[in-house]
Amino acid sequence: MSDSGPLVEVRGLVNRFGAQIVHDGLDMTVERGEVFGIVGGSGSGKSVLLRSILGLQRPQAGEVSLMGRPVTQLSPAELKQVKAGYGVTFQQGALFTSLTVLQNVQLPMLEHLSLSPAALDELARLKVRLVGLADEAAGKYPAQLSGGMIKRAALARALALDPQLLMLDEPTAGLDPISAAAFDELLMDLREQLGLTVIMITHDLDTIFRTCNRVGVIIDRKMTSDTLAGIAANPHPWIQAYFHGERAERFGTEGGRHGT
Amino acid sequence: MYLRSERNGDSLEIELAGSWRGPDLPAIEAELGATSLAGARRVVVTIPADVQLDLAGAWALRGWLKQAESAGASIEYPGGKPGQVELIETSLPKGKKHPLPPTSSESSFEPVSALGKQVTRRIRALQSALAFVGQAFVTFLRACTSVRRLRPASITRHVYETGITAIPIVSLIAFLITLIIAYIAAQQAREYGAEIFVVDIVTVGVLRELGVLLTAIIVAGRSGSAFAAEIGAMKLNEEVDALHAIGVEPHEVLILPRVIGLVIAMPLLAVIADFIGLTGGALLCKWLLDMPLPLYLDRVQDAIAPTTFWVGIIKAPVFGLLIALSGTYRGLQVRDSSRELGRLTTVAVVQSIFLVIFANAIFAIVFWQLDI
Repeated sequence: MSDSGPLVEVRGLVNRFGAQIVHDGLDMTVERGEVFGIVGGSGSGKSVLLRSILGLQRPQAGEVSLMGRPVTQLSPAELKQVKAGYGVTFQQGALFTSLTVLQNVQLPMLEHLSLSPAALDELARLKVRLVGLADEAAGKYPAQLSGGMIKRAALARALALDPQLLMLDEPTAGLDPISAAAFDELLMDLREQLGLTVIMITHDLDTIFRTCNRVGVIIDRKMTSDTLAGIAANPHPWIQAYFHGERAERFGTEGGRHGT
Repeated sequence: MYLRSERNGDSLEIELAGSWRGPDLPAIEAELGATSLAGARRVVVTIPADVQLDLAGAWALRGWLKQAESAGASIEYPGGKPGQVELIETSLPKGKKHPLPPTSSESSFEPVSALGKQVTRRIRALQSALAFVGQAFVTFLRACTSVRRLRPASITRHVYETGITAIPIVSLIAFLITLIIAYIAAQQAREYGAEIFVVDIVTVGVLRELGVLLTAIIVAGRSGSAFAAEIGAMKLNEEVDALHAIGVEPHEVLILPRVIGLVIAMPLLAVIADFIGLTGGALLCKWLLDMPLPLYLDRVQDAIAPTTFWVGIIKAPVFGLLIALSGTYRGLQVRDSSRELGRLTTVAVVQSIFLVIFANAIFAIVFWQLDI
C-alpha cells in the first residue's frame, strides 16, 4: 500500500448495459482525508460508479485504482487484501438478516483477522458503541432495528476492520432531519478521530453542506468535480438547479461551512 | 518487532514500532504478553509518528496497560495520549461489561412445561393453518363474483410455469420409473411364464397410483418451493405489506392464482405422466418380453376397469391444492430473516410431499371402501 498519491483514482471509466451507456470516460480522484460527495440525477449511475470502484461491477473500459493498486487487474487474493482496507455501507443497510448486529460486525473481522474470542467480542462492541448504538442493540437482529439504527449498524460493520476509506451509499436517505444531522456529526467525529477518507453518494443537501469538502457531479455520463464553492458556481443548468433550487436556497449561494 | 522496552529502576519505558493494526494483533498480543510488567511503578509509552496505530492495536495496548495500572503503576504518555486510546476509553463502558441479553429464551429442561408448550404451539400452528385455508376459501368465493377478480392472466402464467414447463421432467421420471417397475415385474413373472401380467401391473400401477403420485412429488419440489420462496421474498421485501396498503388483498393476487393454476396444471401433468408411463411399459414389454404392440394394447384394455384412469386423475387436483396451499402458506409465514426463508421453503416442500402421500393413503382407503 503506497502512502502517497490519491487514495481512489478512476480514469476513463466506461460502463454499458446493452445499448444504455451509463459512464463514458468518467474520471474521479479522491485524495486522502477528503470527504467526497457524489451527486447526480436518478439513474445517472452513482451506484454503478460505486460498484465499479468496489470491484462488484467489471467496467467495459477504464482504470480504477484504490490505495494505489489497480483494482481491475488484481488477482482475487490481492483484491481481498484491498477489500480489507475499505468499509462500505449499502443503500438498504444490507445487514445479514440472520445475524445479530454484533455478529454482523464480527463477520469481516473473522474473515480477515485472527483474533482471540475476547478481542473479537470487545472490538466488535467497541465499533457498535462508536456509532452510537446502545449495548442492547448489539444483540438484536436487523429486523428489530429502526431505519436509523440499521444505518448505524451498517456503519459499524463498515468500520469493523479500521479501514482508511469509507464508501457510503446514501447514508442518510430515509432518516429524519435530526437523525440525519446526528449521523453526519457522527461521521465527522469518526473521520477526525480515525483519519478516514469518505466517499459518499448522497442526495441530501444538508449532508453535502455539512460534511463534504469536495463534490463530484455526474452529468452526461462524466464527472465534474470541484470544491463545494466551485461546484456551486458551476454554470451547468443541472448543477444550478441542484444547488440553487428552492430546496437549496436556505443554504445561501456561498455554499456551506466547508465551502472554501 | 512491535515494541522496544527499557527498564530504568522502577520505571518501564516502551516505544511502539511498526504497524499496530488488526492483522498484526496476534503477534502484538504475544509480544505484549512476553514483556514483563513486574515491579514497574511507572510505564512511559512513546508512540513515534510513523507507527500505524488503529483501534484494534490501541485496544491491545490499552488492555495491557490496564494490567499495569491494576498492579499499581502509573501510565505516562510523553507525546500525549493517542486519540485512538482516548476514543476507546470514552466509548467502552467503565465498569464491568454487562453481558448481552440472551438471544433465545431457552431455559433448563422441564418435561411438563416443555410438553405443554409443545402442545399449545402445535394447536396454534393448526389453528393458523386452518385459518389460512379458510381465508383462502372465502377469498375464492368472493373472487368468483367476477372473472376479473379471478385474474385469468395470472392463472394462465402459473399454469404455464407449474405445468407446461414441468412436462419434460415429469415425462422423463414417469418413463424411467415405469421402465424399472416393468423390468422388475418382468423378471419375476418370467419364472412362472406369466409375462402377460406385467402389462396389468404397469397399467394399473401407473394409472391408479404412480403417474399422479410421481407428478405430485416432482411438482411439490419444483413449484411448492418456488411458491414459498417467491412469496417469502416478497414478505421480506415488504411487498406483501405494500399490497395490503394499496388495498389489494394479498390472498387474492398471490394465493388464489397459484392455487387455481396448480389445480388446473396437476391433472394435465398427470395425464401426460400416465401416457408416458404406459409408453415406457410398452417399450419394455417389446424389448424384454418380445410382446407385440397390439397385444400390449389389448391387454391394457382388459386390465383396466372403466374407473381405473379416473381414480388416478381425480386425485391430481387435490394434490395440486395441497401443494399450492402449503407452499403459499409457508411463504406468507416468512418473517425478518433470510434464514427463515430457507427454513420455511424446506418446510413447504417436506410438508407438501407428506400431505400428498397422506392424502393418497386416505384416497386408497376410500376407494377400497367404495370398492372401486
